[in-house]
Amino acid sequence: MNKLKKLTLSLSITAALLSSTLSTQAVADDPKQGGTLVASLGTNVRNLNPAVQSGIATGFPGSQLFAAPLRYDENWTPQPYLAKSWDVSEDGLTVTLNLVDNAKFHDGQPITSEDVAFSVDVIKEHHPFKSMFAPVTSVDTPDAHTAIINLSQPHPALMLAMSGQLMAIIPKHIYGDGENPKTHPRNTENVVGSGPFKLVEYKSGEHVILERFDDFFIEGRPYLDKMVIRIITDPAARTLALESGEVDLASFEVAPQNINRLKKVDTLTVTPKGYGAIGPIDWLALNTGRGPLKEKKVRQAIAYAVDKNFILKAIKRGTAANAATGIHPDSPFHHADVEQYALDLDKANALLDEAGFKKDADGKRFGLTIDFGWAELKPNAEYVRGALKKVGIDVTVRASADFPTWAKRMGEMDFDMSWDTVFNWGDPVIGVHRTYLSSNIGKGVWSNTQGYANARVDELLEMAAKESDADKRKALYQEFQEIVADEVPLYFTNTLPYHTVYNTAKVGNPPLGIWSTSSPMDMTYLK
Amino acid sequence: MTFLRATFFRSLYAILLLIAVLVLNFSMMHMAPGDVADTIAQSMGGADPEIMAQIRADYGLDQPFLIQLATYVGKVLNFDLGFSFFYNQPVVSLILERLPATLLLVLGAQLLALTLGVVLGVISARNPNGMTSHLVTGLALFGYAAPVFWTGILCLIAFSLHLGWFPTSGMRDVTVAGGGWAKLLDIAHHAVLPIITLCSVYLALYSRLCRTAMLEVLGSDYVRTAKAKGLSARQVVYKHALKNAVSPVITLAGLQFSAVISGAVLVEAVYSWPGLGTLAFQSIIARDTPTILGILFFSALVVIVGNLLTDIALRLVDPRVGGKQ
Repeated sequence: MNKLKKLTLSLSITAALLSSTLSTQAVADDPKQGGTLVASLGTNVRNLNPAVQSGIATGFPGSQLFAAPLRYDENWTPQPYLAKSWDVSEDGLTVTLNLVDNAKFHDGQPITSEDVAFSVDVIKEHHPFKSMFAPVTSVDTPDAHTAIINLSQPHPALMLAMSGQLMAIIPKHIYGDGENPKTHPRNTENVVGSGPFKLVEYKSGEHVILERFDDFFIEGRPYLDKMVIRIITDPAARTLALESGEVDLASFEVAPQNINRLKKVDTLTVTPKGYGAIGPIDWLALNTGRGPLKEKKVRQAIAYAVDKNFILKAIKRGTAANAATGIHPDSPFHHADVEQYALDLDKANALLDEAGFKKDADGKRFGLTIDFGWAELKPNAEYVRGALKKVGIDVTVRASADFPTWAKRMGEMDFDMSWDTVFNWGDPVIGVHRTYLSSNIGKGVWSNTQGYANARVDELLEMAAKESDADKRKALYQEFQEIVADEVPLYFTNTLPYHTVYNTAKVGNPPLGIWSTSSPMDMTYLK
Repeated sequence: MTFLRATFFRSLYAILLLIAVLVLNFSMMHMAPGDVADTIAQSMGGADPEIMAQIRADYGLDQPFLIQLATYVGKVLNFDLGFSFFYNQPVVSLILERLPATLLLVLGAQLLALTLGVVLGVISARNPNGMTSHLVTGLALFGYAAPVFWTGILCLIAFSLHLGWFPTSGMRDVTVAGGGWAKLLDIAHHAVLPIITLCSVYLALYSRLCRTAMLEVLGSDYVRTAKAKGLSARQVVYKHALKNAVSPVITLAGLQFSAVISGAVLVEAVYSWPGLGTLAFQSIIARDTPTILGILFFSALVVIVGNLLTDIALRLVDPRVGGKQ
């Protein structure tokens, strides 16, 4: 416990230092116009239209090409963007957006409330995250610059769902031609966007080249003339490109050894800041419907026997933060004061005895299998095998040939334990609820694959989804996190160590808000 | 005539083989659990079951296996390689888009390896127990034994990071303006390290083979005759012996060329070279069946064409092959 507190303390001090240096930097340099920023992306981009395609690969170029109604600062406060102001009605059933009146698409057509209504329709139908706009019944357009979103129930998650890459405003006059927006040819070529940068060239597997949109609705922005997003899938090659100065900025760097290597390079700044809304968390999923795992005490014992510090220090090499719950530690809804299951083998043994699983003559209690979603999580699986052996649980590691093989096992709940990484995606309604709602059991990978059902949790999440009062909402999520921590359908270990790396002398104001590079980079400049 | 007939039957077998390859691959892909809808969902950070069902319906993945198979083979026989689920593009255009990069890489590496391999092979064969010979053998074996991604990273660290002579990745620097010669030079600049890396694998094969063949030929009667005629050592080696020694090397080069894609996968990955190897690798990971099958189909074509070209090349070099006897 003490060590953890120290860790949290030192982390928060580092965070405070970081933010203070950043703000002084912002004061020290005035943004300059011009220049080409070379950034890298580790995954190939398949689609540039965030309205129909989710994921961080689309998010980076997509958020430059398309503007959303809102943007968020680093303190999770909504800021005007395409909407100069907004208003949520007293009963929470209507949200009125007042659009800026000089906004234009890249082809010169004005951006109107019609486009907002159209975009909401497209996202509702084609975006993979159904919960974002599920309560939206219709969008009224009383005039060209007012869009009124009507809701069937109060929907506070809408605020975050209107920011970052989640609500791209796309042109009705392009995508409304009757072709399926999901496979529309204009998703990758001749893209007409609403954001600060327009598309110059997209080559699958090679690069996305963007250019300043001179008629962007914010005066004087973007600062950069050009942005080149190079697709470099090999992490070692990316590391070298950053070191040699060929690439100025990289986001979503995740391999601990590369992060630590880059930290030693004088010219680079390496920071975990800016991933709060992305919110990726590694956890050990326990199938609550299978064998001994049905017992809460067994699940708790497993949590006590697995040393989170080993994962943080040895596997993640100090690059990841502790994740006590399924809500990312950077989120305002995160509640750290829950049972953390610090390593305690005696307690684990006692709990297993109490649950009725006594050790046999060989010191074994029972056997379990463990899966892992991708190669990066294999060390975690091997570690758990060793850790649980100490308390008499015989673990077999089951490898999967590839992602679909594992996804199928998870989707059909054909597993005992599995390592997994799941993203929060802004509001808990979007990325958190899906894992716990009993109505979402066994609905494919990243649903409630643990078969977890708790009536109170269902009730809390349902209430939180429509609670407009921020403090009350926080209290609901607090209770939810306490229950889940007690029942351990998932044992949360760490945040995925996403880092942003940039050339300190060159890049001014890198995207370190809550959405990382899945947010407009109109304020980033070259020094 | 015999040549034409042989070619005809060979092509016929090849087509049958091609269909067998398609059916087998399609079935194997189908047997593996999970499908492209899962990987699409993964790249989107998770998806609603409704959306997953829609993706499967969109791509006909909800149809029974035999119908899917029949549709696919039928399409391929009409020279339609289908539509990539993952890239949202016709497979043919995907392959054609990536082909030039791979051809540049593989042909460059092959030519370099062939030239260097023959030269080194001859040098070491002329004095099989000398220092040069041992050095050549040692270097070649090292290149062959070292994993190509490791050689690649080593080259990157040495020549890109520390010496700064070459760029670390990609095929061109998009921040460099201008076309024509500037663009060509830029591509050549980017291609040096990948070509050398890939070349290191082939070099051992060619130089060793050339050395052995050369040693054998140098001990034969006609070489002795040539020497007895009073020809210079240089003439004997390059005019008489080499012509005969080089044919096994050409055969091997032809076979190697068939492995155009498999050989380039790792090099392309290390250097982020936007070629077919990367595409093949990514589509396997993504379970993008049409793309994988398209690439396999294409590789099979390359094998056939490569073999035919090898035949022709051998005929040109060695008149005994396929002669009128």
